[in-house]
Amino acid sequence: MGNLKLGFVIWNLKFVILTSMFSILQSMWLVFLHMFHKRETIQYPEEKVKLPARWRGRIVLTRDPDMGERCVGCYLCAAACPVDCISLQATEDENGRRYPEFFRINFSRCIFCGYCEEACPTYAIQLIPDFEMGEYNRQNLVYEKEDLLINGEGKYPGYNYYKVAGMAIGGKDKGQAENEEPPLDIKSLEP
Amino acid sequence: MTEPINPWFIIGGVLAGLLTVAPGLIWFERRLLALWQDRYGPNRAGPFGVLVVLADTIKLFFKEDWIPPFADKAVFVIAPAIVAITVLMSFVIVPFAPGVIVVDLNIGILFFLAMSSMGAYSIILGGWASNNKYALLGAMRGAAQLISYEVFMGLSLMGVVLLSGSFSLQDIVNSQKGMWYVVPQFIGFVTFLIAGIAETHRLPFDIPEAESELIAGFHSEYSSMKFGLFFVGEYLGITLISALVVCLFFGGWLGPDFLPPLVWFILKTFVFIGLFILLRASMPRPRYDQLMEFGWKIILPITLLNLVVTAVILLVQSGAVMNIKF
Repeated sequence: MGNLKLGFVIWNLKFVILTSMFSILQSMWLVFLHMFHKRETIQYPEEKVKLPARWRGRIVLTRDPDMGERCVGCYLCAAACPVDCISLQATEDENGRRYPEFFRINFSRCIFCGYCEEACPTYAIQLIPDFEMGEYNRQNLVYEKEDLLINGEGKYPGYNYYKVAGMAIGGKDKGQAENEEPPLDIKSLEP
Repeated sequence: MTEPINPWFIIGGVLAGLLTVAPGLIWFERRLLALWQDRYGPNRAGPFGVLVVLADTIKLFFKEDWIPPFADKAVFVIAPAIVAITVLMSFVIVPFAPGVIVVDLNIGILFFLAMSSMGAYSIILGGWASNNKYALLGAMRGAAQLISYEVFMGLSLMGVVLLSGSFSLQDIVNSQKGMWYVVPQFIGFVTFLIAGIAETHRLPFDIPEAESELIAGFHSEYSSMKFGLFFVGEYLGITLISALVVCLFFGGWLGPDFLPPLVWFILKTFVFIGLFILLRASMPRPRYDQLMEFGWKIILPITLLNLVVTAVILLVQSGAVMNIKF
């Protein structure tokens, strides 16, 4: 009986040694094979990262297809901003069209949460896939309107707020917007 | 063999070579580790990033060389020097090519064993003088580990000594002309390699450092060039063990004639340095008691068995066994 037990212990020990040795050699071999794998590193300054289209990066102000400013100065973005980094002042042009007199984003405070983009009713403010905004001087991170405004439509091409909105501005009266019927004369009895 | 080379040239060459290789290995290790982890590693400063070594050295020199006020100052300063000195002294007996050896001692291997035992002092003294509980724990572990693995490091080499009949590394290399000793002494090779890894306290056996448990173990309190010396000593230790494995089991400078002997030696050594780094890349650290158990319960019996079997085979081959009267 004692002999059997000793034999079992030796067999067990041999088993443990062999399997553990094999597993060690196997893991070394598997690590060695990584030599022939593709490297994960992106060599950044030379090689750029491919960012998804919805990446929340630098904030821009877009224009409508007629190259007019989309922003109507509603302050919703500034209200939505959790870190209060957006400040603007709305004004009106001679046609009654609203636009921001100044529009300022302090990117040293911005957390790129995208709430301003969500809040914007006119698709004017948009976050784009660009993060290369490094500056040596902190003051340079305060972007004025001319830094923010781009000559393009961003993610929503073809959208023109004043063309679909019911508001009357110079050159476009009530009922002249796209898909808009002329206003009803509510005082008449006709259907 | 041609006329002997001026020993001063050899000494200068070995010293300069080793002190270049040791920091170079830091770059080599980082690149290889990166390769095995699907990264690039340092590749910006200079060609393939080799100048990162220079940057590291300059950085280490400009760090504050701080001796803790609670430390035992004299011992604290001496400890890192011991590791570098003992490892460099061990290289005295390594034959790099025929005739290129600093001094051909007839007790070569014993000298190496003595010097590597002395190296344990740097860990013990460094950890003790730091007067820090983590450093002391690391030093205690280091002492136990180095002394245990020292035992069968010596025993595993005795098979080679029996086969070649000499302690001198030059004679051992020369006697491997027919066959490398890795074939008849395979178990000796494996056990020596394991003991060597433990002796240099490299990653699977880096119990004295064990950064996840002991901060940095015995050199927690060291900074600047004193830390640098421990670092260089570790890399010199890797080179030493690799060079010895090559000399003892892989025929040293022996190789086909199309490359000079020195190049063969360096190539073989770098293969083993690569193996050391591969071990670091793939092995987890064992627990302290597992390490001791593995050493005393598995490696020691295996080395003793290897020694006895080798001795018996040699005895039978020599025919001396016939003369024994029972």
